[in-house]
Amino acid sequence: MTRMTGADAIIRSLEAEGVDVCFGIPGGMIIDTYDALYRAAANGSKLRHVLARHEQGAGHMAEGYARASGKVGVAIATSGPGTTNLITAIADAWMDSTPLVCITGQVPSTKIGTDAFQETNATGITLPIVKHSWLVQKASEIPATIKAAFHVAQTGRSGPVLVDITKDAQIAELDFKYPEHVDLPGWNPPKKVNHRQIAAAAKAILEADKPIFYIGGGVINGEASAELLELVELTNIPVVTTLTGKSAFPDSHPLNTGHPGMHGGKYGNLALNRSDLVIAVGARFDDRVTGNVSAFAPNAKVIHFEVDAAEIGKIRDAQIPICAPLQPALVRLLAELRKQIPDGREGPTDWIDKINGWKEEFPLRYELGDLLKPQQILEAVRDVTAGRDDVVWTTGVGQHQMWAMQYLVCDRPRSFISSGGLGTMGFGVPAAVGAKAARPDATVICIDGDGCFQMTAKELTTATLHGLPIIVVLLRNGSLGMVRQWQEMFYDERYSQTDLTGPIPDYAKMSEAFGAVAMTVTDSSELDSALERAIAENAAGRSVVVDVVCDPEEKVFPMIPAGASAADIIEYGSHEKAKEVEAR
Amino acid sequence: MKHTLSVLVEDKPGALSRISNLFARRGYNIESLAVGQTERAGVSRITLRVDCAEHSLEQITKQIHKLVNVLRITELTPDDAVEREIALFTVAAPPERRGELMAFADHYGARVSDLGPQEIVFEMVGHPEDLDSFEELVRPYGIKEMVRTGRIGLSRAVRH
Repeated sequence: MTRMTGADAIIRSLEAEGVDVCFGIPGGMIIDTYDALYRAAANGSKLRHVLARHEQGAGHMAEGYARASGKVGVAIATSGPGTTNLITAIADAWMDSTPLVCITGQVPSTKIGTDAFQETNATGITLPIVKHSWLVQKASEIPATIKAAFHVAQTGRSGPVLVDITKDAQIAELDFKYPEHVDLPGWNPPKKVNHRQIAAAAKAILEADKPIFYIGGGVINGEASAELLELVELTNIPVVTTLTGKSAFPDSHPLNTGHPGMHGGKYGNLALNRSDLVIAVGARFDDRVTGNVSAFAPNAKVIHFEVDAAEIGKIRDAQIPICAPLQPALVRLLAELRKQIPDGREGPTDWIDKINGWKEEFPLRYELGDLLKPQQILEAVRDVTAGRDDVVWTTGVGQHQMWAMQYLVCDRPRSFISSGGLGTMGFGVPAAVGAKAARPDATVICIDGDGCFQMTAKELTTATLHGLPIIVVLLRNGSLGMVRQWQEMFYDERYSQTDLTGPIPDYAKMSEAFGAVAMTVTDSSELDSALERAIAENAAGRSVVVDVVCDPEEKVFPMIPAGASAADIIEYGSHEKAKEVEAR
Repeated sequence: MKHTLSVLVEDKPGALSRISNLFARRGYNIESLAVGQTERAGVSRITLRVDCAEHSLEQITKQIHKLVNVLRITELTPDDAVEREIALFTVAAPPERRGELMAFADHYGARVSDLGPQEIVFEMVGHPEDLDSFEELVRPYGIKEMVRTGRIGLSRAVRH
């Protein structure tokens, strides 16, 4: 046991958890912890701190770090506005099940409830968007609380937790000893796999004529990608992955059938909706995937592998529910199937042929025009990085995100990091900075839109100053494109407040001001060389923004309108055709 | 359909608001809620009465079960549980009507806990539905004030 302050204990606890980097901004009620961090660094601590420019950025960085590494992300903020600025990132981590420990300073315990300067009820305000939270008012409780926080964040379905620590608890002294065990009698996420259910699943899988794997982000969080690949190769069953599940299964695998849902390929939606067995793994039947739930995969039986019991049967009933950690569950399923088909099988060949036919009949399409098309840019950036296994992608939210999902090829888990459930514009740049901190040797590329970029571009400063160089490929269409697309299609072209154009900002100048190399591309002839130069500059340690002017009229297709079913899918060109017919 | 849920929680700050928040998030109204100590130090029991469909109940039960401070959640079904509630009623009771009121009280096992020249405060412990009946019966006399604790319950005694 060592005598130290609560603030020192926070740093020591983070070190004990193996945290190598945390993200945050200091302030009055967390100043003592930053003082402890400073002293720890002077004494040779390996714990590194990245100073964000806004707490939301710090939170998204911690998310990017967690999703690129599989470790818990740590964000630190002061009380009041520091805490409220973190909230968007906490909500984002909550929706996408990203393990996050947020440490916030709080006013002294004697001042709580008095509306003291920069006081906000942190545990109250975050209540619906954390797995759990703690208000720590005694220094002696710090080590056990941080131990519990890390445990809760990463066990069961991972997600964010908050530890709010009063200033007096940071100042007071304690005898530090980091506990070996947690004392959480009410926290019992599933650990075992029910063998009978596995046997039932294996039977259903071998009996099905038109089975499909529906893969969510849980497979990445649950580190079950290798087992999934083995299962697919053993059974020859096609796979669709959700937005958050992208990279859980190799995009270039012949059985990969793309992404289901609102902007997924028609072939993927047809495959999922016409299947007779949906094998959902770590997916939650989100409305952006199912559309109209009652019309979703109407003839399919459902096997639902999920670590969170509350997700099973929430939206769609499962005939074979398997509530268990995904990795051991898939190991058991593999073993069960190997007993029956030790050498694999040809698979449901008619079904695979049918899907391959759909892939040929309904490929992703777009047409070249005078202006650069966003899809063309995504293809170029995909091709310039082809064959590399050290690229991590992040995105903002909107049209560019959907094109990134459609066109990028991600073959390794944790190589595609995007805000799914919350749909947080501005996620891309800070998430990329966090991903770079987790994987310094990787090339981290953020596909961003101009709306998103203006929300969080300032974190390029963080990237520059902290030696975390990233590449931003900015698809500049001068508008809040996805909203504009809805206005065009469903609101009779009333473009209310979606126009971002005008001479400002000058994105290149703005990026340069943040320390990045910037280049503006307006013509397709310049695109490849600009991207190649970006990668070279980035490899030399610079952040780079490739500002690409693209066609504002381009829309994301296919599209299943909100609440509709896969049968109502609108394909590329068909919308224009319908408008022409209407005009006649 | 109404359901009674019995939740054992660690006696920690915020435990109650975490549970009530889950109901609020899904738009369910809590009809009654009672919190108190149990046979174990540091453990409280929350008894909740809610009106929701079976599917919603299953969903909310799973969500509550996930809370870190929650040790156990069970549904108390009428056949397998003993349920009780306490109510206080201040009823207008001019001297000429007291006889009738006292007869009702006697029948229902309600006690007089306070008395004034024009009103009586009755206290009644019983099954919540019996409290409802007594309330209906005395309502025409004029209930000036009323308070109920919300139902509490336990599983029936083991018979073997």
